Amino acid sequence: MDWPALLLSLKLSAWTVVWLLPLGIVVARQIAWREFPGRAWVEALVALPLVLPPTVLGYYMLSVFGGASPIGAAWQSVFGRPLAFSFQGLLLASILFNIPFAVQPMQRAFQAIPDEVREAAWCSGMSHWRTFCLIEFPLAWPGIVSALVLTFAHTMGEFGVVLMMGGNIPGETQTIAIAIYDRVQAFDERGAAAMSSLLLAFSMVAIGAVYVLANRIGRKHG
Amino acid sequence: MGERGGLQVSLRQSAPIPLAARFDCGAGEMVALVGPSGSGKTTILRCVAGLTHPGEGEVRCAGERWLDTARGIDLPPQRRSVGIVFQHYALFPHLSAHRNVMAAMAHIPEAERAGRARDLLQLVHLSGLEERRPRQLSGGQQQRVALARALARDPAVLLLDEPFSAVDRVTRRRLQRELAQLRSRIRVPIVLVTHDLDEARVLADRMVILSHGETLQDGPTTEVMARPATAQVARLLDQNNLFEGRVLAQRPGEGRTLLSWLDYTLEAAHAPAFGVGDRVSWMIPPECIILHRRDRPSAGESENPVSGVIGEYVPLGETTSVTVRVGATAGVRLTMSLVTHHARRNKLAVGDAVRMTLLASGIHLMPSAEVFAGRLAPASARSG
Repeated sequence: MDWPALLLSLKLSAWTVVWLLPLGIVVARQIAWREFPGRAWVEALVALPLVLPPTVLGYYMLSVFGGASPIGAAWQSVFGRPLAFSFQGLLLASILFNIPFAVQPMQRAFQAIPDEVREAAWCSGMSHWRTFCLIEFPLAWPGIVSALVLTFAHTMGEFGVVLMMGGNIPGETQTIAIAIYDRVQAFDERGAAAMSSLLLAFSMVAIGAVYVLANRIGRKHG
Repeated sequence: MGERGGLQVSLRQSAPIPLAARFDCGAGEMVALVGPSGSGKTTILRCVAGLTHPGEGEVRCAGERWLDTARGIDLPPQRRSVGIVFQHYALFPHLSAHRNVMAAMAHIPEAERAGRARDLLQLVHLSGLEERRPRQLSGGQQQRVALARALARDPAVLLLDEPFSAVDRVTRRRLQRELAQLRSRIRVPIVLVTHDLDEARVLADRMVILSHGETLQDGPTTEVMARPATAQVARLLDQNNLFEGRVLAQRPGEGRTLLSWLDYTLEAAHAPAFGVGDRVSWMIPPECIILHRRDRPSAGESENPVSGVIGEYVPLGETTSVTVRVGATAGVRLTMSLVTHHARRNKLAVGDAVRMTLLASGIHLMPSAEVFAGRLAPASARSG
């Protein structure tokens, strides 16, 4: 078992969730309730990573954030190290790649809240922030949790974009999915099997939790 | 009106929903906004609450200016002291009845909220059900929670959007009675949106008749029902006995206006607004048509006697709707409702020739108008 790789994957997943929780809520609420020009395009953009090969996303990320790009060069001059092939670069790629997994379940959860319920909150004197805290967030909570579980599990298993953007640097960017690939390449069947079964069990539990929560949200609004 | 504590509403816009509405509602008064679906009733209510923003208009309540488009004032719902009961109640599904009511009490100290919410739930007869969530309550109980929540804010105006439409008939009657009782305890303007004429008649002091977002008539409920301003209002009020005639003579001394209709000369209540020779629309409510008994002619039959042939005979429980064809012209029909056992005793049947009296006091004249507008569904046709 490659423990550093497992720890790195857990760390990457946790940070991805931490970033996507507020970001996802903001984007999901906008798409769920606001009518604005180009809304369909924003929704399409959010969904794009679902159909895009991870290597394509990785390629563009390298082009935009690599050392030769202006953004990459600016990053290097500020932080003294490149963004590509670093944990930060990996995290950025992971956040972008997980947007649909975070936003879509949250969007569905917010959409399930009837407009009248939010209006009733306003007419009860609640500010928008109070309405969010007392009404919207608790009602959307199962959807938000399932979004976070999906994001976490998906990051744990992500391979292509991680390899492209992070490379394969043990302790820095080598995640468990890449470690499994390494083990197989090195004919270490037992190592690959142990890590694969762990990831399988983890994914099973995560996806099970998502369905349980989805059922709960269905009952709540049904 | 214009008294302090009252509500004054004036709204105008051409799109997306045309509005040309104006009405007042005094403190302690209940005004019913009545009109067919799509007449803008709910939109007007939402404009008062600040949930919809009209093109132009003014809303003032309890001396405060909530909306004044000319001055760029448009307060958000949080800053308008409204209590609103939505058509489907819009309770917070994850909170108990008690918490639903407390949620609207941000304006009072936290320590007092629980007790006050309990009092309000008691007021709407929900003691003992405080900890239930909305889905554990019946439709009528949910409506009561919604009413308690609307009152929890100590509103300056109470807005009710078809509050009885989602419950069965028996519950509706009970809730209506409770609301009528509650009115003695809350001295704020109450605006009731309904398409149920009976509901408006039973509950409201005044009625505002709306069509396509426009106020057609505004007045005391009984006055509007008995004396619609125009034929269009009469149709909206489901008055079927609506005809065209001509003024023959004015006799102010006798309190009568004489009216020519088909081959008849009818005596009507004095209507000084019309000149001799004017074409007019006229109506008579079904309860002002009296069927003569065949076996025993009685006094009073000399008042506007009219003969015809029964075209329809429809028993509807305790009352029977009888439609009589009058004169040679097709389509001239008088509709009246009779107590079913009286109709049976008279052995009425389709095709029978009958004689009737049209009570002069019930005949109401309006400016002639052939314009046809949509008609409200009669309350009795609604399902529970």
